[in-house]
Amino acid sequence: MNAAAPGGGQGVPYTADEMMTACAARALRDGMTCFVGIGLPSGAANLARATHAPNLVLIYESGTIGAKPGRLPLSIGDSVLAETADAVVSVPEIFNYWLQPGRIHVGFLGAAQIDRFCNINTTVVGSSYGTPKVRLPGAGGAPEIAACCREVIVVVRQSTRSFVERVDFVTSVGYGDGPGGRERLGLTGAGPQRVITDLGVLEPDPETCELTLTGVYPGVEVPGVRARTGWPLAVSPELQILPPPTAAELAALRRLRAAQAG
Amino acid sequence: MAEIVSLADAVAEAIHDGDSVAMEGFTHLIPNAAGHEVIRQRRRDLTLIRMTPDLIYDQLIGAGCASRLVFSWGGNPGVGSLHRFRDAVENGWPVPLQIEEHSHAGMANRYAAGAAGLPFAVLRGYRGTGLEALPGLDGTPAVRPITCPFTGETLTAVAALRPDVAVIHAQRADRAGNVQLWGITGIQKEAVLASERSVVTVEEIVDELEPRPGAVVLPSWAVTLVAHVPGGAHPSYALGYTLRDNDYYLSWDAISRDREAFSCWLETAVLRPAGAGA
Repeated sequence: MNAAAPGGGQGVPYTADEMMTACAARALRDGMTCFVGIGLPSGAANLARATHAPNLVLIYESGTIGAKPGRLPLSIGDSVLAETADAVVSVPEIFNYWLQPGRIHVGFLGAAQIDRFCNINTTVVGSSYGTPKVRLPGAGGAPEIAACCREVIVVVRQSTRSFVERVDFVTSVGYGDGPGGRERLGLTGAGPQRVITDLGVLEPDPETCELTLTGVYPGVEVPGVRARTGWPLAVSPELQILPPPTAAELAALRRLRAAQAG
Repeated sequence: MAEIVSLADAVAEAIHDGDSVAMEGFTHLIPNAAGHEVIRQRRRDLTLIRMTPDLIYDQLIGAGCASRLVFSWGGNPGVGSLHRFRDAVENGWPVPLQIEEHSHAGMANRYAAGAAGLPFAVLRGYRGTGLEALPGLDGTPAVRPITCPFTGETLTAVAALRPDVAVIHAQRADRAGNVQLWGITGIQKEAVLASERSVVTVEEIVDELEPRPGAVVLPSWAVTLVAHVPGGAHPSYALGYTLRDNDYYLSWDAISRDREAFSCWLETAVLRPAGAGA
Protein backbone atom coordinates (compact mmCIF):
# COMPACT_ATOMS: atom_id res chain seq x y z
CA MET A 1 0.00 0.00 0.00
CA ASN A 2 3.00 2.27 -0.40
CA ALA A 3 2.52 3.23 -4.01
CA ALA A 4 1.38 6.80 -4.54
CA ALA A 5 -2.35 6.88 -5.10
CA PRO A 6 -3.74 7.91 -8.46
CA GLY A 7 -4.27 11.62 -8.42
CA GLY A 8 -1.43 12.16 -6.01
CA GLY A 9 0.57 13.93 -8.66
CA GLN A 10 -0.40 17.45 -7.62
CA GLY A 11 0.99 18.65 -4.33
CA VAL A 12 2.54 16.18 -1.91
CA PRO A 13 2.31 12.54 -3.08
CA TYR A 14 0.42 10.29 -0.68
CA THR A 15 -0.39 6.61 -0.23
CA ALA A 16 -3.80 4.95 -0.33
CA ASP A 17 -3.52 4.33 3.43
CA GLU A 18 -2.91 8.03 4.03
CA MET A 19 -5.96 8.94 1.92
CA MET A 20 -8.10 6.49 3.93
CA THR A 21 -6.73 7.73 7.23
CA ALA A 22 -7.36 11.39 6.34
CA CYS A 23 -10.88 10.53 5.17
CA ALA A 24 -11.62 8.73 8.45
CA ALA A 25 -10.12 11.57 10.49
CA ARG A 26 -12.40 14.11 8.76
CA ALA A 27 -15.44 12.10 9.86
CA LEU A 28 -14.61 12.93 13.50
CA ARG A 29 -15.80 16.20 15.02
CA ASP A 30 -14.15 18.12 17.83
CA GLY A 31 -15.41 17.20 21.29
CA MET A 32 -16.68 13.75 20.28
CA THR A 33 -15.92 10.66 22.32
CA CYS A 34 -14.40 7.98 20.12
CA PHE A 35 -13.85 4.26 20.75
CA VAL A 36 -10.62 3.50 18.92
CA GLY A 37 -9.17 0.25 17.65
CA ILE A 38 -5.55 -0.24 16.71
CA GLY A 39 -4.20 0.28 13.18
CA LEU A 40 -5.84 2.69 10.77
CA PRO A 41 -8.59 3.84 13.21
CA SER A 42 -5.97 4.79 15.79
CA GLY A 43 -4.07 6.71 13.11
CA ALA A 44 -7.25 8.49 12.05
CA ALA A 45 -8.33 9.43 15.57
CA ASN A 46 -4.88 10.72 16.46
CA LEU A 47 -4.65 12.63 13.18
CA ALA A 48 -8.01 14.28 13.93
CA ARG A 49 -6.78 15.21 17.41
CA ALA A 50 -3.58 16.65 15.94
CA THR A 51 -5.47 18.74 13.35
CA HIS A 52 -9.14 19.82 13.46
CA ALA A 53 -10.37 18.05 16.61
CA PRO A 54 -8.00 18.82 19.50
CA ASN A 55 -10.71 17.98 22.06
CA LEU A 56 -11.54 14.56 20.64
CA VAL A 57 -11.75 12.06 23.52
CA LEU A 58 -9.92 8.85 22.64
CA ILE A 59 -11.11 5.72 24.42
CA TYR A 60 -9.28 2.42 24.00
CA GLU A 61 -10.86 -0.86 25.10
CA SER A 62 -7.93 -1.52 27.43
CA GLY A 63 -9.71 0.94 29.74
CA THR A 64 -7.84 4.15 28.91
CA ILE A 65 -10.27 7.09 28.68
CA GLY A 66 -9.03 10.35 27.22
CA ALA A 67 -5.65 9.02 26.09
CA LYS A 68 -3.41 11.63 24.45
CA PRO A 69 -0.54 9.72 22.83
CA GLY A 70 2.08 11.78 21.02
CA ARG A 71 2.93 8.74 18.90
CA LEU A 72 0.86 5.91 17.45
CA PRO A 73 0.68 2.94 19.81
CA LEU A 74 1.34 -0.57 18.45
CA SER A 75 -1.22 -2.11 20.78
CA ILE A 76 -4.31 -0.86 22.59
CA GLY A 77 -2.44 -1.33 25.85
CA ASP A 78 0.77 0.59 25.21
CA SER A 79 2.02 2.45 28.26
CA VAL A 80 1.70 5.83 26.50
CA LEU A 81 -2.09 5.38 26.56
CA ALA A 82 -2.23 4.69 30.31
CA GLU A 83 0.27 7.46 31.10
CA THR A 84 -1.63 10.15 29.17
CA ALA A 85 -5.23 9.10 29.96
CA ASP A 86 -7.71 11.13 32.02
CA ALA A 87 -8.78 7.87 33.65
CA VAL A 88 -7.77 4.22 33.47
CA VAL A 89 -10.61 1.85 34.30
CA SER A 90 -11.03 -1.92 34.39
CA VAL A 91 -12.23 -3.93 31.41
CA PRO A 92 -15.69 -4.71 32.89
CA GLU A 93 -16.08 -0.99 33.58
CA ILE A 94 -15.14 0.18 30.07
CA PHE A 95 -17.72 -2.14 28.53
CA ASN A 96 -20.49 -1.95 31.15
CA TYR A 97 -20.39 1.66 32.30
CA TRP A 98 -19.01 3.49 29.28
CA LEU A 99 -19.83 1.59 26.09
CA GLN A 100 -23.10 -0.23 26.94
CA PRO A 101 -25.20 2.81 28.00
CA GLY A 102 -24.38 4.71 24.79
CA ARG A 103 -21.96 7.25 26.29
CA ILE A 104 -19.58 6.94 23.34
CA HIS A 105 -20.38 8.87 20.16
CA VAL A 106 -18.45 6.96 17.56
CA GLY A 107 -16.84 3.55 17.32
CA PHE A 108 -14.42 2.41 14.64
CA LEU A 109 -14.61 -1.14 13.29
CA GLY A 110 -12.56 -3.11 10.79
CA ALA A 111 -13.84 -6.08 8.81
CA ALA A 112 -12.60 -9.17 6.99
CA GLN A 113 -15.97 -9.40 5.24
CA ILE A 114 -18.84 -6.91 4.99
CA ASP A 115 -22.21 -7.19 3.25
CA ARG A 116 -24.55 -4.61 1.71
CA PHE A 117 -26.31 -4.14 5.07
CA CYS A 118 -22.99 -3.50 6.76
CA ASN A 119 -22.95 -6.72 8.77
CA ILE A 120 -19.36 -7.58 9.61
CA ASN A 121 -17.39 -10.81 9.85
CA THR A 122 -14.13 -11.04 11.80
CA THR A 123 -14.59 -14.63 12.98
CA VAL A 124 -14.12 -17.27 10.26
CA VAL A 125 -13.90 -17.43 6.46
CA GLY A 126 -15.53 -20.48 4.88
CA SER A 127 -18.94 -22.09 4.90
CA SER A 128 -18.32 -24.23 8.00
CA TYR A 129 -17.66 -22.63 11.38
CA GLY A 130 -16.21 -25.90 12.73
CA THR A 131 -13.75 -26.39 9.86
CA PRO A 132 -12.97 -22.86 8.68
CA LYS A 133 -10.89 -22.02 5.65
CA VAL A 134 -9.37 -19.16 7.65
CA ARG A 135 -9.64 -18.70 11.39
CA LEU A 136 -9.73 -14.94 12.09
CA PRO A 137 -9.05 -13.36 15.51
CA GLY A 138 -12.74 -13.20 16.47
CA ALA A 139 -15.09 -10.66 17.99
CA GLY A 140 -13.13 -8.72 20.60
CA GLY A 141 -15.09 -5.62 21.51
CA ALA A 142 -16.71 -5.26 18.08
CA PRO A 143 -20.23 -6.70 18.61
CA GLU A 144 -21.00 -4.30 21.44
CA ILE A 145 -19.27 -1.37 19.74
CA ALA A 146 -21.54 -2.04 16.75
CA ALA A 147 -24.59 -2.33 19.00
CA CYS A 148 -24.04 0.48 21.51
CA CYS A 149 -21.91 3.32 20.10
CA ARG A 150 -24.17 6.14 18.95
CA GLU A 151 -22.69 5.69 15.49
CA VAL A 152 -20.14 3.45 13.82
CA ILE A 153 -17.52 4.05 11.14
CA VAL A 154 -16.16 1.01 9.33
CA VAL A 155 -12.70 1.10 7.79
CA VAL A 156 -11.93 -1.69 5.31
CA ARG A 157 -10.01 -2.20 2.10
CA GLN A 158 -12.37 -2.89 -0.78
CA SER A 159 -12.22 -6.10 -2.82
CA THR A 160 -14.58 -8.87 -3.89
CA ARG A 161 -13.10 -10.93 -1.04
CA SER A 162 -14.10 -8.36 1.59
CA PHE A 163 -17.29 -6.91 0.00
CA VAL A 164 -19.39 -10.05 -0.23
CA GLU A 165 -22.99 -10.90 -1.06
CA ARG A 166 -23.26 -12.76 2.24
CA VAL A 167 -20.84 -12.75 5.16
CA ASP A 168 -19.74 -16.23 6.29
CA PHE A 169 -20.39 -15.29 9.93
CA VAL A 170 -22.10 -12.27 11.51
CA THR A 171 -19.67 -11.10 14.18
CA SER A 172 -21.10 -7.58 14.45
CA VAL A 173 -24.50 -6.41 13.28
CA GLY A 174 -24.84 -3.44 10.93
CA TYR A 175 -28.44 -3.27 9.74
CA GLY A 176 -29.18 -7.01 10.05
CA ASP A 177 -31.60 -8.03 7.30
CA GLY A 178 -32.32 -4.45 6.25
CA PRO A 179 -34.77 -1.68 7.24
CA GLY A 180 -35.93 -2.08 10.86
CA GLY A 181 -33.33 -4.76 11.50
CA ARG A 182 -31.61 -2.94 14.35
CA GLU A 183 -34.87 -2.00 16.04
CA ARG A 184 -36.08 -5.63 15.91
CA LEU A 185 -32.89 -6.73 17.68
CA GLY A 186 -33.09 -3.96 20.28
CA LEU A 187 -29.75 -2.45 19.28
CA THR A 188 -29.50 0.99 20.84
CA GLY A 189 -26.98 2.84 18.64
CA ALA A 190 -27.76 4.21 15.17
CA GLY A 191 -25.41 1.74 13.48
CA PRO A 192 -22.81 2.26 10.75
CA GLN A 193 -23.02 5.74 9.24
CA ARG A 194 -20.19 5.33 6.75
CA VAL A 195 -17.76 2.79 5.38
CA ILE A 196 -14.37 4.17 4.41
CA THR A 197 -12.38 2.11 1.92
CA ASP A 198 -9.24 2.56 -0.15
CA LEU A 199 -11.45 3.73 -3.05
CA GLY A 200 -13.91 6.07 -1.37
CA VAL A 201 -16.87 6.24 1.00
CA LEU A 202 -20.12 4.29 1.19
CA GLU A 203 -23.11 5.30 3.28
CA PRO A 204 -26.31 3.41 4.09
CA ASP A 205 -29.33 4.56 2.08
CA PRO A 206 -31.79 6.17 4.53
CA GLU A 207 -34.68 4.10 3.11
CA THR A 208 -33.19 0.73 2.20
CA CYS A 209 -30.17 0.71 4.59
CA GLU A 210 -28.14 -0.61 1.64
CA LEU A 211 -24.57 0.65 1.34
CA THR A 212 -24.38 3.24 -1.43
CA LEU A 213 -21.24 4.74 -2.93
CA THR A 214 -21.36 8.45 -2.07
CA GLY A 215 -17.78 9.53 -2.60
CA VAL A 216 -14.62 8.46 -4.44
CA TYR A 217 -11.02 9.57 -4.06
CA PRO A 218 -9.33 11.56 -6.85
CA GLY A 219 -8.60 9.30 -9.81
CA VAL A 220 -11.03 6.54 -8.78
CA GLU A 221 -13.78 5.68 -11.29
CA VAL A 222 -17.13 4.04 -10.49
CA PRO A 223 -16.59 0.93 -12.70
CA GLY A 224 -13.39 0.24 -10.75
CA VAL A 225 -15.32 0.37 -7.47
CA ARG A 226 -18.07 -1.89 -8.87
CA ALA A 227 -15.43 -4.41 -9.95
CA ARG A 228 -14.23 -4.62 -6.38
CA THR A 229 -17.72 -5.10 -4.87
CA GLY A 230 -19.33 -8.54 -4.52
CA TRP A 231 -22.87 -7.27 -5.11
CA PRO A 232 -24.51 -4.89 -7.63
CA LEU A 233 -23.36 -1.63 -6.04
CA ALA A 234 -25.75 1.29 -5.68
CA VAL A 235 -24.18 4.66 -6.56
CA SER A 236 -25.48 8.00 -5.30
CA PRO A 237 -26.66 10.44 -8.00
CA GLU A 238 -24.69 13.10 -6.07
CA LEU A 239 -21.41 11.20 -6.07
CA GLN A 240 -18.63 13.39 -4.70
CA ILE A 241 -14.94 13.49 -5.48
CA LEU A 242 -13.31 13.54 -2.05
CA PRO A 243 -10.41 15.96 -1.60
CA PRO A 244 -6.92 14.47 -1.23
CA PRO A 245 -5.06 14.76 2.08
CA THR A 246 -3.81 18.29 2.70
CA ALA A 247 -0.15 19.04 3.29
CA ALA A 248 -0.99 19.72 6.96
CA GLU A 249 -2.77 16.37 7.35
CA LEU A 250 0.10 14.50 5.73
CA ALA A 251 2.68 16.25 7.89
CA ALA A 252 0.76 15.52 11.09
CA LEU A 253 0.17 11.88 10.18
CA ARG A 254 3.81 11.31 9.22
CA ARG A 255 4.95 12.93 12.48
CA LEU A 256 2.77 10.48 14.46
CA ARG A 257 4.08 7.53 12.45
CA ALA A 258 7.72 8.59 12.75
CA ALA A 259 7.33 8.87 16.52
CA GLN A 260 6.00 5.29 16.59
CA ALA A 261 9.01 4.00 14.69
CA GLY A 262 11.43 5.93 16.87
CA MET B 1 -2.63 -16.14 53.45
CA ALA B 2 -0.65 -16.26 50.24
CA GLU B 3 2.56 -18.25 50.30
CA ILE B 4 5.69 -16.87 48.59
CA VAL B 5 7.34 -19.63 46.56
CA SER B 6 9.50 -20.10 43.45
CA LEU B 7 7.82 -19.95 40.04
CA ALA B 8 8.54 -23.64 39.42
CA ASP B 9 6.95 -24.58 42.76
CA ALA B 10 3.96 -22.30 42.15
CA VAL B 11 3.18 -23.93 38.80
CA ALA B 12 3.81 -27.45 40.14
CA GLU B 13 1.51 -26.86 43.08
CA ALA B 14 -1.31 -24.89 41.46
CA ILE B 15 -1.65 -26.10 37.87
CA HIS B 16 -2.42 -29.72 37.04
CA ASP B 17 -3.16 -31.63 33.83
CA GLY B 18 -6.80 -31.09 32.82
CA ASP B 19 -7.22 -27.84 34.80
CA SER B 20 -8.99 -24.75 33.52
CA VAL B 21 -6.46 -21.92 33.65
CA ALA B 22 -7.01 -18.19 33.13
CA MET B 23 -3.72 -16.36 32.50
CA GLU B 24 -5.03 -12.82 32.24
CA GLY B 25 -3.56 -9.47 31.36
CA PHE B 26 -5.14 -7.04 28.93
CA THR B 27 -2.11 -6.06 26.81
CA HIS B 28 -0.23 -5.13 30.02
CA LEU B 29 1.14 -7.34 32.84
CA ILE B 30 0.78 -10.56 30.84
CA PRO B 31 2.19 -13.50 32.84
CA ASN B 32 4.47 -14.79 30.08
CA ALA B 33 7.16 -16.30 32.33
CA ALA B 34 4.53 -18.33 34.18
CA GLY B 35 3.22 -19.58 30.82
CA HIS B 36 6.71 -20.72 29.85
CA GLU B 37 7.01 -22.58 33.14
CA VAL B 38 3.73 -24.39 32.35
CA ILE B 39 5.26 -25.43 29.00
CA ARG B 40 8.46 -26.61 30.73
CA GLN B 41 6.47 -28.69 33.21
CA ARG B 42 4.68 -30.20 30.19
CA ARG B 43 1.13 -29.74 31.37
CA ARG B 44 -1.46 -31.35 29.10
CA ASP B 45 -5.19 -31.16 28.37
CA LEU B 46 -5.58 -27.66 29.83
CA THR B 47 -8.67 -25.55 29.23
CA LEU B 48 -7.15 -22.14 28.56
CA ILE B 49 -9.37 -19.15 29.29
CA ARG B 50 -8.53 -15.60 28.29
CA MET B 51 -10.14 -12.55 26.71
CA THR B 52 -7.15 -11.85 24.48
CA PRO B 53 -5.12 -15.02 23.97
CA ASP B 54 -1.96 -13.57 22.49
CA LEU B 55 1.60 -14.84 22.19
CA ILE B 56 1.70 -16.85 25.40
CA TYR B 57 -1.42 -18.83 24.51
CA ASP B 58 -0.11 -19.26 20.95
CA GLN B 59 3.00 -20.78 22.53
CA LEU B 60 1.07 -23.01 24.97
CA ILE B 61 -1.20 -24.21 22.14
CA GLY B 62 1.75 -24.87 19.83
CA ALA B 63 3.50 -26.77 22.63
CA GLY B 64 0.50 -29.08 22.93
CA CYS B 65 -0.52 -28.01 26.46
CA ALA B 66 -4.13 -27.12 25.64
CA SER B 67 -7.18 -29.08 24.47
CA ARG B 68 -9.70 -26.29 24.85
CA LEU B 69 -9.71 -22.50 24.53
CA VAL B 70 -12.34 -20.04 25.78
CA PHE B 71 -11.69 -16.55 24.41
CA SER B 72 -12.95 -13.37 22.77
CA TRP B 73 -10.08 -12.15 20.54
CA GLY B 74 -7.17 -14.32 19.44
CA GLY B 75 -4.57 -12.27 17.60
CA ASN B 76 -1.09 -10.78 17.80
CA PRO B 77 -2.03 -7.21 18.82
CA GLY B 78 -1.18 -4.69 16.13
CA VAL B 79 0.58 -7.39 14.08
CA GLY B 80 -1.87 -10.01 12.80
CA SER B 81 -2.80 -13.64 13.29
CA LEU B 82 -1.78 -16.14 15.95
CA HIS B 83 -0.46 -18.84 13.64
CA ARG B 84 -0.16 -21.65 16.21
CA PHE B 85 -3.77 -21.01 17.28
CA ARG B 86 -4.86 -21.01 13.63
CA ASP B 87 -2.94 -24.20 12.89
CA ALA B 88 -4.63 -25.93 15.84
CA VAL B 89 -8.13 -24.80 14.81
CA GLU B 90 -7.67 -25.25 11.05
CA ASN B 91 -5.52 -28.43 11.07
CA GLY B 92 -5.57 -29.90 14.59
CA TRP B 93 -1.80 -29.41 15.02
CA PRO B 94 -0.20 -30.46 17.34
CA VAL B 95 -3.46 -31.54 18.97
CA PRO B 96 -7.08 -30.62 18.19
CA LEU B 97 -8.30 -27.53 19.98
CA GLN B 98 -11.94 -27.18 20.94
CA ILE B 99 -12.99 -23.55 21.15
CA GLU B 100 -15.70 -21.49 22.80
CA GLU B 101 -15.80 -17.87 21.76
CA HIS B 102 -17.46 -14.74 23.05
CA SER B 103 -17.25 -10.99 22.77
CA HIS B 104 -15.03 -8.99 25.15
CA ALA B 105 -18.12 -7.64 26.94
CA GLY B 106 -19.41 -11.19 27.35
CA MET B 107 -16.11 -12.50 28.75
CA ALA B 108 -15.71 -9.51 31.09
CA ASN B 109 -19.19 -10.09 32.47
CA ARG B 110 -18.57 -13.83 32.81
CA TYR B 111 -15.52 -13.13 34.99
CA ALA B 112 -17.43 -10.52 37.00
CA ALA B 113 -20.23 -13.03 37.66
CA GLY B 114 -17.66 -15.60 38.77
CA ALA B 115 -16.05 -13.06 41.11
CA ALA B 116 -19.47 -12.13 42.51
CA GLY B 117 -20.45 -15.73 43.15
CA LEU B 118 -23.38 -15.48 40.73
CA PRO B 119 -24.27 -18.17 38.18
CA PHE B 120 -24.59 -15.71 35.29
CA ALA B 121 -24.36 -12.08 34.23
CA VAL B 122 -26.66 -9.96 32.09
CA LEU B 123 -25.69 -7.58 29.32
CA ARG B 124 -26.91 -5.89 26.18
CA GLY B 125 -24.94 -7.83 23.65
CA TYR B 126 -24.72 -10.69 21.17
CA ARG B 127 -28.22 -9.92 19.74
CA GLY B 128 -28.33 -10.79 16.06
CA THR B 129 -24.74 -12.04 15.90
CA GLY B 130 -23.58 -15.52 14.96
CA LEU B 131 -22.05 -15.78 18.43
CA GLU B 132 -25.55 -16.18 19.86
CA ALA B 133 -25.93 -19.58 18.23
CA LEU B 134 -22.53 -21.06 19.09
CA PRO B 135 -22.27 -23.89 21.61
CA GLY B 136 -20.18 -23.76 24.75
CA LEU B 137 -17.55 -26.41 25.54
CA ASP B 138 -20.28 -28.72 26.90
CA GLY B 139 -22.29 -28.51 23.69
CA THR B 140 -25.16 -26.45 25.11
CA PRO B 141 -25.74 -22.81 24.13
CA ALA B 142 -23.05 -20.61 25.68
CA VAL B 143 -25.27 -17.52 25.82
CA ARG B 144 -29.02 -17.38 26.28
CA PRO B 145 -31.72 -14.75 26.01
CA ILE B 146 -33.22 -13.60 29.29
CA THR B 147 -36.28 -11.44 29.95
CA CYS B 148 -35.88 -8.56 32.35
CA PRO B 149 -38.31 -9.22 35.24
CA PHE B 150 -38.91 -5.46 35.62
CA THR B 151 -39.24 -4.16 32.06
CA GLY B 152 -39.86 -7.26 29.94
CA GLU B 153 -36.90 -6.35 27.72
CA THR B 154 -34.93 -9.22 26.16
CA LEU B 155 -31.30 -9.20 27.23
CA THR B 156 -28.43 -11.70 27.03
CA ALA B 157 -27.29 -13.97 29.85
CA VAL B 158 -23.73 -15.31 29.94
CA ALA B 159 -22.59 -18.05 32.31
CA ALA B 160 -20.13 -17.27 35.11
CA LEU B 161 -16.50 -18.25 34.58
CA ARG B 162 -15.02 -20.23 37.46
CA PRO B 163 -11.51 -21.28 36.43
CA ASP B 164 -9.52 -23.72 38.55
CA VAL B 165 -6.56 -21.34 38.50
CA ALA B 166 -5.95 -17.68 37.67
CA VAL B 167 -2.41 -16.62 36.79
CA ILE B 168 -1.50 -12.94 36.69
CA HIS B 169 1.58 -10.71 36.82
CA ALA B 170 1.70 -7.64 39.10
CA GLN B 171 4.17 -4.89 39.88
CA ARG B 172 4.75 -5.87 43.50
CA ALA B 173 3.80 -7.75 46.63
CA ASP B 174 4.79 -7.34 50.26
CA ARG B 175 6.31 -10.13 52.34
CA ALA B 176 2.87 -11.09 53.63
CA GLY B 177 1.73 -11.71 50.04
CA ASN B 178 -0.51 -8.67 49.55
CA VAL B 179 -0.40 -7.83 45.83
CA GLN B 180 -0.50 -4.40 44.16
CA LEU B 181 -0.90 -3.65 40.45
CA TRP B 182 -1.56 -0.45 38.52
CA GLY B 183 -1.77 1.06 35.06
CA ILE B 184 -4.03 -0.97 32.77
CA THR B 185 -5.38 -3.53 35.23
CA GLY B 186 -7.79 -5.16 32.78
CA ILE B 187 -9.73 -8.12 34.15
CA GLN B 188 -7.12 -9.46 36.58
CA LYS B 189 -8.97 -8.70 39.82
CA GLU B 190 -12.11 -10.44 38.56
CA ALA B 191 -10.08 -13.40 37.21
CA VAL B 192 -8.38 -13.96 40.58
CA LEU B 193 -11.62 -13.64 42.55
CA ALA B 194 -13.51 -15.92 40.13
CA SER B 195 -10.92 -18.70 40.36
CA GLU B 196 -10.51 -21.52 42.86
CA ARG B 197 -6.83 -20.64 43.38
CA SER B 198 -4.34 -18.15 42.00
CA VAL B 199 -0.69 -17.64 41.13
CA VAL B 200 0.69 -14.10 41.04
CA THR B 201 4.17 -13.36 39.70
CA VAL B 202 5.60 -9.97 40.70
CA GLU B 203 8.39 -7.63 39.64
CA GLU B 204 9.39 -6.87 43.18
CA ILE B 205 8.78 -7.99 46.77
CA VAL B 206 8.85 -5.05 49.19
CA ASP B 207 8.65 -4.58 52.94
CA GLU B 208 5.66 -2.31 52.70
CA LEU B 209 3.20 -1.53 49.87
CA GLU B 210 3.02 2.25 49.56
CA PRO B 211 -0.47 3.38 48.50
CA ARG B 212 -0.70 4.36 44.82
CA PRO B 213 -3.59 6.23 43.19
CA GLY B 214 -5.67 3.93 41.03
CA ALA B 215 -3.90 0.77 42.11
CA VAL B 216 -5.71 -2.54 42.57
CA VAL B 217 -4.79 -4.34 45.78
CA LEU B 218 -5.46 -8.04 46.20
CA PRO B 219 -5.21 -8.89 49.91
CA SER B 220 -2.95 -11.78 50.79
CA TRP B 221 -5.89 -13.91 51.94
CA ALA B 222 -7.48 -13.65 48.46
CA VAL B 223 -4.33 -14.96 46.71
CA THR B 224 -2.88 -18.50 46.84
CA LEU B 225 0.75 -18.28 45.68
CA VAL B 226 3.12 -15.41 44.94
CA ALA B 227 6.41 -15.81 43.05
CA HIS B 228 9.15 -13.21 42.56
CA VAL B 229 9.75 -13.10 38.78
CA PRO B 230 11.34 -9.80 37.65
CA GLY B 231 10.63 -9.24 33.94
CA GLY B 232 7.98 -11.96 34.09
CA ALA B 233 5.66 -10.04 31.77
CA HIS B 234 8.15 -9.86 28.87
CA PRO B 235 7.44 -9.20 25.97
CA SER B 236 4.47 -7.45 27.59
CA TYR B 237 5.42 -4.86 30.19
CA ALA B 238 4.95 -3.81 33.79
CA LEU B 239 4.25 -0.07 34.00
CA GLY B 240 6.96 1.63 36.02
CA TYR B 241 9.33 -1.36 35.72
CA THR B 242 9.72 -2.63 32.15
CA LEU B 243 8.90 -1.54 28.58
CA ARG B 244 6.80 -3.39 26.02
CA ASP B 245 9.09 -5.24 23.59
CA ASN B 246 7.28 -4.37 20.37
CA ASP B 247 10.01 -5.98 18.25
CA TYR B 248 9.31 -9.33 19.90
CA TYR B 249 5.63 -9.12 18.91
CA LEU B 250 6.64 -8.24 15.34
CA SER B 251 9.22 -11.04 15.12
CA TRP B 252 6.78 -13.61 16.57
CA ASP B 253 4.85 -13.54 13.30
CA ALA B 254 7.63 -15.26 11.32
CA ILE B 255 8.50 -17.74 14.08
CA SER B 256 4.91 -18.82 14.60
CA ARG B 257 4.04 -19.18 10.90
CA ASP B 258 6.17 -22.26 10.47
CA ARG B 259 5.89 -25.45 12.57
CA GLU B 260 9.60 -26.16 12.37
CA ALA B 261 10.66 -22.62 13.22
CA PHE B 262 8.26 -22.70 16.15
CA SER B 263 9.52 -26.08 17.42
CA CYS B 264 13.11 -24.84 17.18
CA TRP B 265 12.18 -21.66 19.07
CA LEU B 266 10.39 -23.70 21.74
CA GLU B 267 13.44 -25.89 22.27
CA THR B 268 15.98 -23.06 22.48
CA ALA B 269 13.96 -20.29 24.16
CA VAL B 270 11.78 -22.22 26.61
CA LEU B 271 12.65 -25.88 27.13
CA ARG B 272 16.44 -25.85 27.12
CA PRO B 273 17.07 -23.05 29.64
CA ALA B 274 15.22 -25.14 32.25
CA GLY B 275 14.29 -23.16 35.31
CA ALA B 276 15.29 -19.86 33.73
CA GLY B 277 12.91 -17.15 32.60
CA ALA B 278 12.67 -16.60 28.86
